[in-house]
Amino acid sequence: MKKRIISIAAAVIVLAATFFLLQRLLMPKYISVNEEGGLAAEYYDNAGNNDVIFIGDCEVYTNYSPIKMWTERGITSYIRGTPQQMIWQAYYMLEDALRYETPKVVIYNVLSMKHGEPESEAYNRLALDGMRWSSTKYRAIKASMTEEESVISYVFPLLRFHSRWSEITAEDFEYMFKTEPLSHNGYLMRIDTKPAGTVPDPIPLPDYSFAQVCWDYLEKIRSLCEDNGIQLILVKAPTLYPAWYPQWEEQIEAYAKEHGLTYLNFLEKTEEIGIDYTKDTFDAGMHLNLSGAEKLAAWLADYLADNTAVSDRRGDTATAEQWQKKIEFYEAMQASQKKQLEENGSLNSFR
Amino acid sequence: MSFVSFEFLLFLLILFVLYYTLPRRFQWMLLLVGSLVFYAFASPKYLIYIAVTAMSTWAAGRAISAEYRGRDSYIKETPDITKEQKKARKEAAKKKAKTIMVLCLVLNLGILAVIKYTDFFISNINSLFGADIAFMRFALPMGISFYTFMSAGYIIDVFRGKYAAEENPARFALFVSFFPQLVQGPISRFDDLSKSLYEEHAFDAQSITHGAWRVLWGYFKKMVVADRLAPLVAGIAGSPDKYAGGYVLALIFFYSLQIYADFTGGIDITIGIAKMFGVKVTENFDRPFFSRNIAEFWRRWHITMGTWFKDYIFYPVSVSKWMMKVSKWSRAKLGNTVGKRVPVYLSTILVWLATGIWHGASWNFVVWGLLNCVVIMISQEISPLYDKFHKRFSFSNTKGWDIFQMFRTFWLMGFLRVLDVYRDVPLTFRMVPTIFSGRGWSEMFSGGLLKFGLSTADFVVVLAACIVMLVVGILQGRGTVCGQLSEKPRAVRWTVIWVLIVIIITLGAYGIGYDAAQFIYNQF
Repeated sequence: MKKRIISIAAAVIVLAATFFLLQRLLMPKYISVNEEGGLAAEYYDNAGNNDVIFIGDCEVYTNYSPIKMWTERGITSYIRGTPQQMIWQAYYMLEDALRYETPKVVIYNVLSMKHGEPESEAYNRLALDGMRWSSTKYRAIKASMTEEESVISYVFPLLRFHSRWSEITAEDFEYMFKTEPLSHNGYLMRIDTKPAGTVPDPIPLPDYSFAQVCWDYLEKIRSLCEDNGIQLILVKAPTLYPAWYPQWEEQIEAYAKEHGLTYLNFLEKTEEIGIDYTKDTFDAGMHLNLSGAEKLAAWLADYLADNTAVSDRRGDTATAEQWQKKIEFYEAMQASQKKQLEENGSLNSFR
Repeated sequence: MSFVSFEFLLFLLILFVLYYTLPRRFQWMLLLVGSLVFYAFASPKYLIYIAVTAMSTWAAGRAISAEYRGRDSYIKETPDITKEQKKARKEAAKKKAKTIMVLCLVLNLGILAVIKYTDFFISNINSLFGADIAFMRFALPMGISFYTFMSAGYIIDVFRGKYAAEENPARFALFVSFFPQLVQGPISRFDDLSKSLYEEHAFDAQSITHGAWRVLWGYFKKMVVADRLAPLVAGIAGSPDKYAGGYVLALIFFYSLQIYADFTGGIDITIGIAKMFGVKVTENFDRPFFSRNIAEFWRRWHITMGTWFKDYIFYPVSVSKWMMKVSKWSRAKLGNTVGKRVPVYLSTILVWLATGIWHGASWNFVVWGLLNCVVIMISQEISPLYDKFHKRFSFSNTKGWDIFQMFRTFWLMGFLRVLDVYRDVPLTFRMVPTIFSGRGWSEMFSGGLLKFGLSTADFVVVLAACIVMLVVGILQGRGTVCGQLSEKPRAVRWTVIWVLIVIIITLGAYGIGYDAAQFIYNQF
């Protein structure tokens, strides 16, 4: 009997180890393809000391440079942004972050209010697979799943990514147990420029009301911040496209007013910030490049320093040392991208 | 709740743990509850259909048994009864039992006929008379063809006095609804299944292990082969104008592999699950692709359906009074040699017509059934020629000739089966000749087969899996593979299982990106 139990236990261990290795091998590595997929997981190496947390979609992780906010006003910040992050994901990203730290300010980019229901399994994966396991992640999954998805495939991603067996490359082996940092406290650097041309006219919508579920999650974000003594600031990034309708603006303004929240629509402050859409965007106005992100970050850093409880942390030696390393990585990536541009005329990789 | 779903595996795990932890006297009750839960997952309203069939058949069986008991006790308790009185009493009981049986069959086969065949009937009326009768579009309850035939077989057997009727309605309900066989059979017989279904089972590690191996093997066939080929088969069959010629031959080949892996895989899962619960379910296949002719193929493929038609249609019809009259008439009119074949062939045609209709409510299945019948009858008629051929040529007794015959049967069955894929008789007869037109061949071999979502790597997987299935098929000829594997050292056994699990998890066609196909026979 004892022998049987030992052999069964050994078989289970071998099987579990096999699945673990297969899972590590077959899961996307987000190194040379879909690099944004690595953003969610990077947070945990940088958690614990951030006074400002950003939540939202690409309008946060491409438009604000935390490094600039540090160098300008000594503000520690992190961007928990993921591609097409839904508001419920933003909420759970914040709830997850509060397990590691309590920032003084949370900045939520309001564009995701326009998405009233789960839309894309691919974006869900980019947001959720990188989160560490907790009840928060479980609830984030439940809230995010499209009809075709199942919780079990998040518990065991091998069940989702098993079909990658025929497309694995040397990169999958190389990065089975390691990864390479991509972002700068959640900021995804792009130094290239594609000037904005003619922006398409906004398509009229049959209904401009935000979905109730979005309001519910916005309320949950507000309550979570209130309960933890965090100041919530709503922002709209200064991007020319996709359209931000006046009707949406009115609804957000009314909500902010009703709850005494600060709402900064940067589309109305582009001149003040100094954004030049012929130089400060890498995709014709949808996202800012490094130059634009630094301008916006500098303005925001000033605003936060002057109007919120965040303080200058540059006097804190340990923190300053940490951020010095981040600055070095930031500068190295800038140099790398510059070199790529000089050699190829375009960026092949962020790194 | 599909067999190929995490919900099902969870359901199975819970049921399994409860089955071996509850007192054994509750085991069959747990299986009944589990079966009803499984059925309710398909749709709770379907429970009504299966409940009506189960309870009406149980009640009819009880009534027939009561009639027979009354007859027996009357004869026993009346010592001075004459032979004539005894015979009259027996005939009266038989007549009453027959009425009960017929009513039961009419009710249950009627439900099946109405639900499954009403729209087929309407479409034919509309076509024939230019009418515009609206279709009823009844939802087909899961496994209705299987449980109806099981119930019908039971009531006929009780009528024939083969066994006494089951007294407990809940136990009978379990026979009808036993969940592993609801998906696609087999069509079990009460006397085969009931004993192991109702008896108490101790935890038998070997039986459970063998059951689990069989389940794994079923999942391998279903997920690695059948579901991988599903988009290819659907893609070619779905665009006949685009994919003709060589593609049709590819369709025949790949559909043969798909339906084999799908149906036998599903039955492996069914038998394996039942074995894990200590229940012995009848085998439904005996390596059908090793058949050397179509008649043999049908003795090895969907065995329980074949024997059902043989026992409950072919034999009763062959020996029925009106068939005797036909036999007498045909011998008188056509001579002894031809005349004696007429009743056999009429019964055979009836069986194949029924087989075709059982598979589906459309003309393609009817034609498919009749074509099978025609090929079998021709084979039978020319068998003397074959015998002469075998005597004359020595190579016909070689392994190579056997392999040729298997190859021939595989393709012959494949050509008949193409009716099942196109589901349209004129279209099928239009498409098959294009194979010889030369169309599509070069396109097919220059990347055409890669248009259906399968990569070269997928075809390599299918090829490798087919080699594995072939090797297992050869091993099955020497006895059960589970038995052979049990005799191997533990390290070999675990390695085989480990490899099988890893292959299913990694190479299985499931999850997002794959359109998980329901079992093909689930729709029949």
